[in-house]
Amino acid sequence: MVMRRVLGSGAKNFARGGAVSAATVLIMTVTLGIIGSLIFLSALLSYTLTIIKDKVDVTAYFITTAAEGEILGVKEQLEKLPQVRSVSYSSAEENLASFRARHATDQLTLQALDELGGNPLSASLEVRAKDPSEYESIVNFLEASPTLSAGGASIISRVNYWQNKEVIDRLTLAIRATRDIGFAVVTLFAIASILIAFATIRLAIYTARDEIAVMRLMGASNSYIRGPFVVTGVITGVIASILILIIFWPLSWYAGVKTSNWFNGFNVAQYYGRHFVLFFSVLVSSGMVLGAIASIFAIRKYLKV
Amino acid sequence: MIYFDKVTKRYGDAIALEDITLSVAPKEFVSIVGHSGAGKTTLLKLLLAEERPSDGSVFFESINVNDLPSSALHHYRRKIGMVFQDFRLIPNKTAYENIAFAMEAIGRTDDEIASDVPYILELVNLGDKARHFPDQLSGGEKQRIAIGRAIINQPDLVVADEPTGNLDPINAYEVVEILKKINELGTTIIITTHNKGIVDAVGKRVVTMDRGKVVRDDAKGKYVL
Repeated sequence: MVMRRVLGSGAKNFARGGAVSAATVLIMTVTLGIIGSLIFLSALLSYTLTIIKDKVDVTAYFITTAAEGEILGVKEQLEKLPQVRSVSYSSAEENLASFRARHATDQLTLQALDELGGNPLSASLEVRAKDPSEYESIVNFLEASPTLSAGGASIISRVNYWQNKEVIDRLTLAIRATRDIGFAVVTLFAIASILIAFATIRLAIYTARDEIAVMRLMGASNSYIRGPFVVTGVITGVIASILILIIFWPLSWYAGVKTSNWFNGFNVAQYYGRHFVLFFSVLVSSGMVLGAIASIFAIRKYLKV
Repeated sequence: MIYFDKVTKRYGDAIALEDITLSVAPKEFVSIVGHSGAGKTTLLKLLLAEERPSDGSVFFESINVNDLPSSALHHYRRKIGMVFQDFRLIPNKTAYENIAFAMEAIGRTDDEIASDVPYILELVNLGDKARHFPDQLSGGEKQRIAIGRAIINQPDLVVADEPTGNLDPINAYEVVEILKKINELGTTIIITTHNKGIVDAVGKRVVTMDRGKVVRDDAKGKYVL
């Protein structure tokens, strides 16, 4: 009975709140809009960083006399390393074909290659790490436990890591900095938007302070007074979250084409469509929790004796 | 029923009440009169435990109000019906809902509310205004709703702080008549007022306050200041 009364009273307060309810919903919609935008921003950042990370790899070149089985053995060992994301094998013939394709317009190089006769290129393994900072440990592994050929020499002739180390290190730093700054910005905006929502609900409850005082003098318990305000806060959050979920459809559709061109194929509209359940759950639960907690904090002051 | 035992209330260096000793018996109708700042409202605030005395004790029946923990205050306040000068109706509730809220707050059932609220609305002559919001009612009507709200739970005591302060003479008279009727039915009434006509018309006990002290206490008193 008490729960039904609290729910009914909260709903009536919201419906009869007029301009105050409308203003609170509006501000909460903006707040949740910022939180939703931060999800887009995080996805965009993560997508961009993944693309950049994919451009980094190290290649181990093998001596021309190394047998394919030995090279595949090294590949297998590398794949067992936890820091390795993928290892792809290119045979000497494939490397020659891609070399020729790369230099198809460079007649001088192709002529020199023909004059050498046979295939001067060796097989190679292209290694991609889960994180660019882990390349050094992978290369150390390769150098520390070399597979030896029948002649007693290592079958790995060269690893291109050390030539690219500086670039990889800089890129690693840049990725880390971008991720950290991105996280800081997301956190900052999230906190700012939550504070704005808190202040708005606080203001809405401030307008009802006399009403709260009367309820107390009439002998209503604190929880009975608090209940309807919390319900009103939750209703505000739910309506605001539904509004922003609707608003995001045309907005993401409009922005989708542009972001796709600007960010290597990241389409905001497609992302929103594919992750709608995520947006729905994050925004609706954020709205409800924000509305409830803000109401509890705001009303606390007026329930003190 | 009510006993103020050597009660003093200070706000910083300012003394609002000084060494007040006062008792009120059950079923009494007591008018507390005095100029603004005499300490009338402070006295009521102490009785409602809105404020705590600096010295002395306030007793209601066998309860020492000073000793009540915050968690027990709402139970205590349910024994007292309050009427205010500025009505203090809940603006987004109808006349019916304002009265019903007092019953809901103490956990009365829907059936009890459905039978008692219309009866009280009829008692204060506002049966036809049940669905009106406070801003659709006149001052006198608001105060009658406030009285209905104060008596709906049949409290032992009704405290009215300047109940006629915002009303014209006709409405003021009506409000006092309702309070007298409630008193005749056995409820103790304490009102604070500036209105000489009303005090004289009631013709019951008058406590006169001045600068935080009780200066007169007359059984069948008149407004003397």
